[in-house]
Amino acid sequence: MIEFKAVNKTYDDGHQVLKNLNLKINEGEITVLIGPSGCGKTTTMKLINRLIAPSSGEINIHHENIAAIDPIKLRRKIGYVIQNIGLFPHMTIAQNIGVVPRLLKWDKERINARVDELLTLVGLDPHIYRNRYPSELSGGQQQRVGVVRALAANPDLILMDEPFSALDPISREQLQDELVRLQQEIKTSIVFVTHDMDEAIKIADTIVIMKDGEIVQSGAPEHILRHPANDFVKSFIGAKRMQALQMQMEPIVDDVMVENPATTYPSRGLAYAVKLMEKRKVDSLLVVDKNNKLLGSVSIYQVLDQYKDETKLVADVMKPIQYAVSSGTTLTAALNMMNEHQLSNVPVIKGKHEFVGLITKGSMVSYMTDLYAVDAVGGESHAVH
Amino acid sequence: MKLETNGVLALLQYMSENATTLLGLTLEHIIMVLLGLALALLVGVPLGVLSAKHERLASVILSAANILQVIPSLALLALLMMFLGLGFKTIVVGLFCYSLLPIIRNTYVGLKEIDPHINEAGKGLGMSNWQLLVKVQLPLSLPFLMAGFRIAAVIAIGVATLAPLIGGDGLGREIYAGLNMRNSLKIYAGAIPAALLAIIADVALGKLQSKLKNKHNKPQPEQKQLPLTEQDKAMTA
Repeated sequence: MIEFKAVNKTYDDGHQVLKNLNLKINEGEITVLIGPSGCGKTTTMKLINRLIAPSSGEINIHHENIAAIDPIKLRRKIGYVIQNIGLFPHMTIAQNIGVVPRLLKWDKERINARVDELLTLVGLDPHIYRNRYPSELSGGQQQRVGVVRALAANPDLILMDEPFSALDPISREQLQDELVRLQQEIKTSIVFVTHDMDEAIKIADTIVIMKDGEIVQSGAPEHILRHPANDFVKSFIGAKRMQALQMQMEPIVDDVMVENPATTYPSRGLAYAVKLMEKRKVDSLLVVDKNNKLLGSVSIYQVLDQYKDETKLVADVMKPIQYAVSSGTTLTAALNMMNEHQLSNVPVIKGKHEFVGLITKGSMVSYMTDLYAVDAVGGESHAVH
Repeated sequence: MKLETNGVLALLQYMSENATTLLGLTLEHIIMVLLGLALALLVGVPLGVLSAKHERLASVILSAANILQVIPSLALLALLMMFLGLGFKTIVVGLFCYSLLPIIRNTYVGLKEIDPHINEAGKGLGMSNWQLLVKVQLPLSLPFLMAGFRIAAVIAIGVATLAPLIGGDGLGREIYAGLNMRNSLKIYAGAIPAALLAIIADVALGKLQSKLKNKHNKPQPEQKQLPLTEQDKAMTA
């Protein structure tokens, strides 16, 4: 519904805040603009209600270029919530909420009914709060009023500029929940600016990540978390959050397996097998053919058992593989299988026979180490003598 | 001159005998002051708004008003008399000139003191500049304007006692008459009501000012120390 076409914004001092911005904002969604300070997110938002004018390019709402709309009329159709709440201190709560309806010259009864309806919507009893002044309310309550003031005239678009960042964590969480609930009820489009990735992930249908006046990546939160476009997005999302996501996502065997375990061809002799085991410090080898097809395995015991017979080859002593897991299997399934059959390791295959890796206890330990590495920084490790 | 007990009695007697005249003079004094102040408001508030909106005009307007203010009152009245002649009109213009600076300056400061976010909110909600000024900015700067008005009123009441020198009336007439006739009763009868007038104006306007200031800013503990509401408790439980 909102479309930015090749929008540039350069301030008088020559600083270019937006560079050829092209962006579509979907109707009925919460779109979160996020990025480090100075990335142009707030500028982008303020372009929509013409608080800032673009240097070039155009912005369309419902295919109508907003440059052609009277800014005062435009703003009355767009709800606006600012960071510092911005309630008028000399007006009562009811008067604050009724500002835009009064500007639109609604009749008194309609305004009063709307005020009561909106206060009820955010859990503030109209009889108690209608005639209070903003300074008599807590920060969280004030910003609730700030949010419903933006809803008063039933706008189909609301702009929110870091509305919850000044609140204490409890109120912030509450208001985020309430916002999501409200938005689902009224289906308004919301453009929300924040620098808090947790907030973005929590409320957004679409996240637009910006940096230095350009869009780095946009998409659903889930998509961005799973497929960060580049290192900037990764660092912005934060290593911890990515790990948390990985922990929530069940790891698959491919994440855990050793990709180049010790393997041998069936045509090799036993002496070679022993040498290889010694070199790789393992007690068994996997046997594959030239096409990487998994044939079986040999353990050190089987080799030593037949070692005296110089004519024997690996092919003669190897055992067929009884248990293997396919690539893409969850780690849990693989662990269950290893546990059930008392396996010390299990090969991972692709398709019917193609060998791709091996899950061992060691590989699981190193996977866990990677996963918890950041969290473990504060902890202590003890060497056991 | 010592004012002893019988002096007080004599003064009271004099005042009650001349009550009609004195009341008339007091009324006239008040009317001069009010007219001067009204004119100053009429001109000063728009100039204050203009100063707040245009920083470059501000320096010009404020220094001009400042110059008016520093001219000694007798000198200013004498100068005005040369252009406007003797009488009531001249003294009202003089009072107007004296009241201008506090009103312009306080309107200007009041508007500048408004949290810029409030202005942004008003604009973002779709107020025109005029609506923003009338519905938000001026009401919010009212306590400051009131403080300026209070200063102006007290100054004007004092300056108005000079009115007789340029052909005006008011309580000054009684004082000057007393001075000329070496009649201390007359001096007291003029000076005491004039002083009282100034004190009453100062106290009353001061009360009004603090009332305006406190109306919307109830003393409030820091946000973080606010007791949790029932809803907050329910959420954290």
